[in-house]
Amino acid sequence: MRLIDSLRVRIAALFHRSELNAEIEEELRSHIQHRADDLERSGLNHAEAERRARIEFGGHEKFKEESREALGGTLIETTFQDVRFSLRRLRKSPGFTAVAVVTLALGIGANAVVFSAINAFLLHPLKLSQEESLYAVWRANVTSSESYPDYLELRDRNRSFESLAAYSVAMGALDMGENPSRAWGNYVSGNYFDALGIRPYLGRLIHASDERGPNSAPFVVLSYACWHNKFQDDRGVMGRKVLLNKQPFTIIGVVPPEFHGTLLFFNPDFYLPMVNQEQTDGVNVLNARENKWVFMVMGHLKAGVTQAQAIADLNSIGSDLQKNYPKYDGNMKFSLARPGLYGDYLGRPIRAFLGGLMLLAGLILLAACANLGSLFAARAADRSRELALRVALGASRIRLLRQLFTEALLISLMGGAVGVWGSIVLLTWLSAWNPFPRWPVGVTVTPEANVYGVALLLTLASGFLFGAVPVRQILRTDPYGVIKSGSTRPVGLRIPLRDLLLVAQIAICAVLVTASFVAVRGLLRSLHSNFGFEPRNAILADTDLSLGAYRGDQVPEVQKRILEALETIPGVESVGLSDWTPLGQDADSKDDLIFDNEAADLRQGKETFRADMFKISPQYFRAAGTAMLLGRTFTWHDDSSAPRVAVINPEFARRIFGSVTGAMGQYFKMREGARIQVVGVAENGKYDHLTEDPKPAAYLPILQSPTGETWLLIRSGRDPQQLAASIRAKLRDVDAGLPFIIETWYEGLDTAFFGPRLATQTLGVMGVMGALLSITGIFGMAAYSVSKRKKELGIRMALGARRKEVLQAALGRAVKLLAFGSAGGLLLGILASRVLALIVFQATPRDPMVLAAAVLAMALVGLLATWIPALRALSIDPIQLLREE
Amino acid sequence: MNDQAQLLPGTLDLLILRAVSIGPLHGYGILLRIGQISGNALLIEQGALYPGLFRLVRQGLLKASWGTSENNRRAKFYELTTAGRKRLREETANWNRLVAAIGSALSAQPEEI
Repeated sequence: MRLIDSLRVRIAALFHRSELNAEIEEELRSHIQHRADDLERSGLNHAEAERRARIEFGGHEKFKEESREALGGTLIETTFQDVRFSLRRLRKSPGFTAVAVVTLALGIGANAVVFSAINAFLLHPLKLSQEESLYAVWRANVTSSESYPDYLELRDRNRSFESLAAYSVAMGALDMGENPSRAWGNYVSGNYFDALGIRPYLGRLIHASDERGPNSAPFVVLSYACWHNKFQDDRGVMGRKVLLNKQPFTIIGVVPPEFHGTLLFFNPDFYLPMVNQEQTDGVNVLNARENKWVFMVMGHLKAGVTQAQAIADLNSIGSDLQKNYPKYDGNMKFSLARPGLYGDYLGRPIRAFLGGLMLLAGLILLAACANLGSLFAARAADRSRELALRVALGASRIRLLRQLFTEALLISLMGGAVGVWGSIVLLTWLSAWNPFPRWPVGVTVTPEANVYGVALLLTLASGFLFGAVPVRQILRTDPYGVIKSGSTRPVGLRIPLRDLLLVAQIAICAVLVTASFVAVRGLLRSLHSNFGFEPRNAILADTDLSLGAYRGDQVPEVQKRILEALETIPGVESVGLSDWTPLGQDADSKDDLIFDNEAADLRQGKETFRADMFKISPQYFRAAGTAMLLGRTFTWHDDSSAPRVAVINPEFARRIFGSVTGAMGQYFKMREGARIQVVGVAENGKYDHLTEDPKPAAYLPILQSPTGETWLLIRSGRDPQQLAASIRAKLRDVDAGLPFIIETWYEGLDTAFFGPRLATQTLGVMGVMGALLSITGIFGMAAYSVSKRKKELGIRMALGARRKEVLQAALGRAVKLLAFGSAGGLLLGILASRVLALIVFQATPRDPMVLAAAVLAMALVGLLATWIPALRALSIDPIQLLREE
Repeated sequence: MNDQAQLLPGTLDLLILRAVSIGPLHGYGILLRIGQISGNALLIEQGALYPGLFRLVRQGLLKASWGTSENNRRAKFYELTTAGRKRLREETANWNRLVAAIGSALSAQPEEI
């Protein structure tokens, strides 16, 4: 009953606020009038009686406020009031609001992005149901690869898994009637989709019942993205035939959009039944026990089966296999690992990377809070008179604090909203970003509910954190002191910890700025350095002839036809062919063992050294722009019936023959045992990495070591786009079913430049963030010191101080901190550049341009940060100030 | 003035209830009544009465209605609710116990211990 009454009064209070106020007002007035009546009766005149009655009543406003509070309903009401008041105040100082919101948005946004990544990569990498019981079978902690027969034994004989599925990686030319393109997919076991619990988005998926022996299931299941992009969401494609490597497959279904295969970052376009492997590859490896081409075997553990039990189960099958097939199955010790991150192979670096990022994001947020704290302290100092006046008029300190926190929380909520919005934009962009268009690489990160929850928590926590900074200031407010003297306490006793933090921020900012300038300069220089080939005015076209189902002797024949066709294009100076290009996609995987001429033991480990090997056509050196130093290049007569020959680079010559000139006519051996004669020497170059030391390399004639991997180098001064069109037309004449990727050679170097570019961009982004934080930090501190010393500065000005002296007094400390931090940061940056030189070619800090740019950038940061406080200091009007105080 | 006693915290509510228990009163009337029944021995800031009054209304111990005062002015009159009457009885009993206890403690002689 009482509760309901009380509620009624509260609700009435909320809805009839103005009525209620009027009623309280009327009642208090009635009281005063009654008292005045009494006083008048006792002999005072009317006016005097009223005056006395009011004085006796006491603090009218204060009691009114307390009465309202006593009536209840004021919590919501005062919150509304505080919010309105704070919004009004924030609108009045848009500069402060913008700086504060951006600072916090940076901190919250960084954390939201990092947490989204952690959520996507570590918490739910594959977005499958019951992902926690899904394990991949690992062999001796080294690899997950199995041969197909071994997989079958594991699948059929284990008692620990619900259903053991397998997949492998497939690449093929996908031909839907026109414009065949290279596509990546997975070979999957028949039970793959059922074991993972994937339901079709359209049509049906592959089932175990489809497997009835080799090549029994010519079906293909498409990924949603492939169906969407290549088939324009056409539901009619179910049942249609497409060609994969010129072999017909029937489209039977599409997987749901959120399923991207079972290896993070690798998003297959299509899924083929494993039993049909021969159709696309041309060779049957289903029975080959030595060929461990099955990339991963995985499944859900049965309910109640522990990891240890499953491993014991697998090991007993393993020791059986070891006994039965000692030749192929060595040490069969199994372990279990998470499939999505390829066990620890991807898992460990990603965890380390994300852990580092999380730390960084946390530091950014802390720094943002610290800076906002000093900004708020400056604001509170600006308001000290107003606050003191309010305390004097009877406002409780709690009430003032609540208002300050309302303002802080408003700022933090705005900052949080902007930050989360920014992170969504960034993640959307990141999800669409593919740094290597040649591969189906994708980073799909979508912010989920828990990410928003964490962002909101962080936002509120940081609001309270920086809102709490001026609390001491307010609790200390002594109304009479402030109103009398205009300032709470002497200046200069600032917490040195905050200064230290600011110096550290500036130093880190300077490190990042210096390092990113070093990286940019290095990158620019390395784009125009000598690679041992000339990427200018050259176009690359590449394919693999196995995509066109060419085998054996057909391969060199087609390659020759292609070269002849391309040479007829007008404006083409030369056309070369190689099985890979230096600094290209396949760099790092093309070295081979080199033995000297007398070597008898040609096993791995006994080699003289490893060298990068190119298999090239006669015109390669001209087309690549690689200079011949000695001897001759190849001709088409260097074929399988002619003696084996090679062209080597000086580094190769020096290492095996001692000198370049002495190498001519000498012999070396490769693993297959044939003696190979050196007939020429071509200049050194960069092959695998921009930053590598000179490496030995050798070139072999393509006819003596045929391969289907085909990289065409077309040198011409013509406009690359037009040229690419003519090249495509010529290639279509040779074989319309062969997919080619055509790009300029500079584009072909993207892989080599990916690391340095990413490092440069990352440093740039971090540099900008560091600069923003430094600006808000210096701004807050400078604004605070100007506010606190306003009176002193005014007196100095009145006594004739010049502008320069005023500025020195107002901003000296901020500038000193900036100079100190920048100097430290520059030094550290120069030291850090040594590390950077490992990633970015020719990154050197001993570059006056870099140093000048870094100093200039830091000066700019200082200028931006102190601009507004300096203007405020200069605009102090001593006359007005003296009148005010 | 100086011989008036400061109010103990929490006792204003009790005084208000007691004053109103004699008959409906407006705010100023309550103050006068308290002065009258306490022999003007207590110091009460006039405005401080109102937050107390509103608190009691919110707790459902008092109910209020507008009316006309003896001075022919509009005023809000307060009277006890049933709950208020019950609370007054309890608080009075509590107060008497407290006074008795404190009184006996203060007047205790060494030989009685």
